[in-house]
Amino acid sequence: MTPFLEVDRLAKRFAAVVAVNEVTLTLAQGQILALLGPSGSGKTTTLRLLAGFETPDQGRILVEGNDVTATRPAERRFGMVFQHYALFPHLDVGGNVAFGLESLGVRGADLESRVSQALRLVDLQGLDRRQVDQLSGGQQQRVALARALAPEPRVLLLDEPLSNLDPTLRERTRREIRALIRRVGITTVIVTHEQEEAFDLGDLVAVMRQGRVEQVGTPEQLYGAPANPFVAGFVGRASALEGTAVESDALTTRVRVGEAIWSVPSPASGPLRGAVSLMVRPEGLRLGAQSSQGVNGTVIDRRFIGAEALYTVRLASGAELEVIGDPGAAKAGDSVSVHPTGRGILLYPRSGR
Amino acid sequence: MSRLRSGLAGRVLLVGLVWLVAYPLALVLLESVRGPGGWTLEYFRQFLGRYGDWQALWGSLWISLASVLLSAAIGIPLALLFWRYEFPGRRVLGVLVALPAVLPPLVGVIAFLFLYGETGFVARLVQALFRLEQAPWRLEGAMAILLVHGYSMYVYFYLLVRAGLAALDPAMLEAAESLGAGRVRTLRHVILPLLRPSLAGASLLTFMTALASFSAPYIFGGGFRVMTTQIVSSRLNGDYGTAMVETVALTAVALVGLWIIGRTGETTAAASGMKGAGGGIRLQTTGPTRVAVTVISWLLVLGLLLPHLTLLLLSFVPIGTWTVETFPPVYRLVNYLALVRDPERLRPLLNSLWMATAATVVAVGAAVVAGPLVTRRRSRGGTALEGLLGLPWVVPGTVFAIALATAFSVHEPWLGRVILIGTPWLLPLAYLVRNLPITSRAILAGFRGLDPTLDEAAASLGAGRWRTLREVTLPLLRPALSAGAALAFVTALGDFVTSIVLYTYDTRPLSLEILSSLRQGDVGVAAAYGVLLMVLSALAFAAGRDRRTVET
Repeated sequence: MTPFLEVDRLAKRFAAVVAVNEVTLTLAQGQILALLGPSGSGKTTTLRLLAGFETPDQGRILVEGNDVTATRPAERRFGMVFQHYALFPHLDVGGNVAFGLESLGVRGADLESRVSQALRLVDLQGLDRRQVDQLSGGQQQRVALARALAPEPRVLLLDEPLSNLDPTLRERTRREIRALIRRVGITTVIVTHEQEEAFDLGDLVAVMRQGRVEQVGTPEQLYGAPANPFVAGFVGRASALEGTAVESDALTTRVRVGEAIWSVPSPASGPLRGAVSLMVRPEGLRLGAQSSQGVNGTVIDRRFIGAEALYTVRLASGAELEVIGDPGAAKAGDSVSVHPTGRGILLYPRSGR
Repeated sequence: MSRLRSGLAGRVLLVGLVWLVAYPLALVLLESVRGPGGWTLEYFRQFLGRYGDWQALWGSLWISLASVLLSAAIGIPLALLFWRYEFPGRRVLGVLVALPAVLPPLVGVIAFLFLYGETGFVARLVQALFRLEQAPWRLEGAMAILLVHGYSMYVYFYLLVRAGLAALDPAMLEAAESLGAGRVRTLRHVILPLLRPSLAGASLLTFMTALASFSAPYIFGGGFRVMTTQIVSSRLNGDYGTAMVETVALTAVALVGLWIIGRTGETTAAASGMKGAGGGIRLQTTGPTRVAVTVISWLLVLGLLLPHLTLLLLSFVPIGTWTVETFPPVYRLVNYLALVRDPERLRPLLNSLWMATAATVVAVGAAVVAGPLVTRRRSRGGTALEGLLGLPWVVPGTVFAIALATAFSVHEPWLGRVILIGTPWLLPLAYLVRNLPITSRAILAGFRGLDPTLDEAAASLGAGRWRTLREVTLPLLRPALSAGAALAFVTALGDFVTSIVLYTYDTRPLSLEILSSLRQGDVGVAAAYGVLLMVLSALAFAAGRDRRTVET
């Protein structure tokens, strides 16, 4: 993969807070990267550093090998779609889309044709003379996209593109954005705090926490082999448990949890001994009758979610687990036992944290 | 407060406002078409035929438009400077720049006189420097008026543009930048268009203030005629019919201006979807830029504060000690001591204080009564109330003074007219009427900012109307109330326009005492009164400032 966009050990600190800490990312031409993380994790600052609105304290940003770290936003040719769109209220739709093209010196018939071309791209042809406040939220967002894409930027940046839309619109808009980016083939960075959005839009997802990138990978990699308990918990559901690895080889690790011994696939990093943290996906356990093979507990909550039900089981140790099961498997108050299913249980060495 | 009683209070207020605001103006209109022999258009015919009146009308118009341009030329760059650049002292200077706002017009004018006038510091300095026989210039005529207007009215542009800039969504600027727009293009095509509501508001405010301006043309006008001074001189000459017609003409110009400028502001106000976000757009200056920006700002502010400083300096100069020297040779406290020791000197201060206080209390009370009626219920009464409260703003102060003097100069109780002229009551009443627009604007804005569900929440928690008012509404309104009260107090305290028409010797306010000290050549006492007014105004503003206001 020849890197198109490279971010090299980027760092930014605001007063006492390190907002972005040694972030390194690499994207091939046309790839879509989703920056995923809780609020305050530094994903928006990273995006603003990419756009040039913030100056990094350290690190470099390269496009096709050229250092653009010191390039002003106006010359960087990165298109940006703002969270609240930031459409110019005093200009109509056409005026907004033309704004970036005019910066490049495009005039006259050429300007007109490129504006309508950009509007056609987002399916808003013919709305050039419409005032932006007469548009629906979804349409405004498409104008913002058209405006960002019209000057043919090298990289497209999207800040929480769906957060401002009705929940009912979100899924459809998400599909449209994905299709549009694919069609244009532009290298894209999207900021989001929703895992589903990140998985749906990103070829690659970077999970961020406290200014650091915890893991970069495809959605499958992140879900199947999260690098640490934080990623496991942030990407998909997982309950935390503590145990002791009593025997471990390249394939299987035997872990003591309470009274029971569970056989769990070993982590990719290799065999593990001693105190471990288990991150357990709901599908990693099943409910059964109380026995010495399982860990005993009580169902304290049952939520029906369609084909299956999600049970919350409190163990004797006080830990609470989410387990997916047959809708009729148990009811609140039942004494049950949980057994591993052989997948969806992730092992990490227990750290001092 | 029961529903019945609040309805009653509203009705009493409405009647009171009609009587004090609408009725006197209607009488002026009536008198302008009524001569000794019944209905007549004679006064209008005379007015149209008089060259001096045309000159005055034209003078008022062009000087007001020029004042708008000059104030914009000073205020807008200042606002941009303080908004865009971070440099040492930015916050303090940013507040100081707005200081001319606390200077009552007359005080500003005399400060200007002492600084740039024929015998002012600058003239003396130039004279000494070039060893001239005579003063190098006379501060008189249209240019002098314009200069004073520009100096005192740029504040409107500065404050409103800064407020507009603070409300600007920083993402707009970032969007322009990421679309490749440079600074000039961003300013011209993004910032200024987005500021159009602020610019229209400031233009309107400046235009109306300049049109109503009396102190500057009165002191500096010389042979230059404007409508306000024309009206007062007609009236003082006993030419009542002419004064009425001139009053009607000036009001008409004000209304046309209001309509035109109001329309430009409205069209864009609807289209701009400004979001309050703030921050993140200030440029940290470094190196030579930082030095340049800092030096320029300090010099600018110093220049703008020079009149205040001049006044302060002169207030320590005893009468007769300063003749040909460039700077006064003697500084004493005699002028201030005289204010305290001499009852005749203390009198105007006490007069101004009690009249301003009374006018403020009643104006705030009226606005509080009107608040819920105007903002909560969409009733015709509420609309009428709001219109009446705002009406005196449209009408120049001179006009209102004439209107009140007309209405309350005859004894016809069955027509709602009693003789108040010559009594101590007319002046505070005039202050009250003039205060209504600014006070109610601030306080009604406070009412509009209240979340109506808070009232409902209080009611659902068992609070009665009285407790809700006392423990929920009023505490939330406190910033608006104190801002409205401060504005009212300061305006009334420094009032000159209405006072000069309506005062009596016993009720003479500070402004007239300043004028008479000046006429007697006692510059020091005039300056001391001026400083006193300045300090009292600044204190009132400081007390009325909303402490929760975030620095912008």
